[in-house]
Amino acid sequence: MAEIVSLADAISALVRDGDTVALEGFTHLIPHAAGHEIIRQRRRELALIRMTPDVVYDQLIGAGCARSLTFSWGGNPGVGSLHRLRDAVENGWPRPLELVEHSHAGMAAAWAAGASNLPFGVLRGYRGTDLPAPATVTCPFTGEELAAVPAHRPDVGIVHAQRADRKGNVQLWGILGVQKETVLASARALVTVEEVVDELQPTPGAIVIPNWVIDAVAVVPRGAHPSYAHGYYDRDNAFYKQWDEISRERETFTQWLDEHVHAKVPA
Amino acid sequence: MNDELMAIEAARRLSNDTVCFVGIGLPSTAANLARATHAPDCVLIYESGTIGAKPDELPLSIGDGELAETADAVVSVPEMFAYWLQGGRIDVGFLGAAQIDRHGNLNSTVIGPYDSPTVRLPGGGGAPEIATNVRDVFVMLKQTPRAFVERLDFCTSVGDRVRVVVTDLGVLEPRDGELTLTYVHPGVRVDDVRAATGWELRVAEDVDETQAPTNDELRALRALRTKGDA
Repeated sequence: MAEIVSLADAISALVRDGDTVALEGFTHLIPHAAGHEIIRQRRRELALIRMTPDVVYDQLIGAGCARSLTFSWGGNPGVGSLHRLRDAVENGWPRPLELVEHSHAGMAAAWAAGASNLPFGVLRGYRGTDLPAPATVTCPFTGEELAAVPAHRPDVGIVHAQRADRKGNVQLWGILGVQKETVLASARALVTVEEVVDELQPTPGAIVIPNWVIDAVAVVPRGAHPSYAHGYYDRDNAFYKQWDEISRERETFTQWLDEHVHAKVPA
Repeated sequence: MNDELMAIEAARRLSNDTVCFVGIGLPSTAANLARATHAPDCVLIYESGTIGAKPDELPLSIGDGELAETADAVVSVPEMFAYWLQGGRIDVGFLGAAQIDRHGNLNSTVIGPYDSPTVRLPGGGGAPEIATNVRDVFVMLKQTPRAFVERLDFCTSVGDRVRVVVTDLGVLEPRDGELTLTYVHPGVRVDDVRAATGWELRVAEDVDETQAPTNDELRALRALRTKGDA
């Protein structure tokens, strides 16, 4: 049953060194504040999972929190490369990063399988590419050979959402990404929210994740910034563009991290 | 201007009943231009889960809020890839890449060896399954010898369904399994295109010139380009 706790307490209780951790968000509701708290608490040796690692994963990787990254597209959307990710892969700075690479369709199937408590996901994918399917299975009914991907089952899944009620039921809407799958596939789940309300009002397109599949809810207004929370604030496109400059050199990155993450009081 | 030519030429190839899977950048520009001009009912699907998005301005990312606000439906990412893409419900998929070969195979993964790359690119994202699950793949790519290569460093997606490659110099289409120059843009010489291609380019006997952008097309395009399209 979800407890409503501070972000610092939630990260401290749920995320351990060496854990497999997913902070998901498909261009929307990306849990930046939770990522910063992981950096502040100096977690190490994390096996990170995310379909679209972008700026907050660049920060986690540059801060030395990660030993591996399972992903399908690692870039700064609409801007270009992730310089910290590239530095880790190309030069091993601040430490080498093992990559486990998929396609989006493969990652999506792995999330759905994890949420379904299945050992693997199945899809018609990876055909003809140098990116091999992790395995193949033969359809027992038609004989068709299909790609198989191991289910994502992280130790900790973290997502951001618009709001929760006082019991910790979570409501989110707009682009849904793999938020629900991440919570359901993970052994421990944390949801950061913009606000807690007395009652979750029906909203077009909204889904509810019930409190009994969530371990902790932390109230973090603007916790997705520079990503956005539909209905609360817009994507800070200017920051995504600035990140290209900030992250390009190790020195400017480290300085930014000190000023904007380490020196900040936890939410 | 070259970007505009590419967007306009790609937009002309979309029709009012096309359902297209759109990535950010030039494909999004092209698809929205089609919607703003001759194909107002063209259905735009962004892989973030927005079906029938109708943005007024070009989004910077595939997940901009305006896409969800204007969409006919918003679905989860697993649903998008399983029910809609794998389900075979999408006509046209746009792809870009860092490298292309003469068969339309694309690389958006690495330059150099995979395990010790010179350049680590963002990766395939949706491309591997877009390339095999849509009916027609449209590629948009600037034509240079570094991008149009004899051998890919990595094959991210296969070229079987590539129907057209729109570049800043002209248009290539597969003829007998090999990409062949079928159009040059106004003022571009066939030799310019040959020089910008890393393999010995096959040129159609009836190679033609693309129609210059019309004032209406340019006006509609420039009206869209106020925000995104970095």
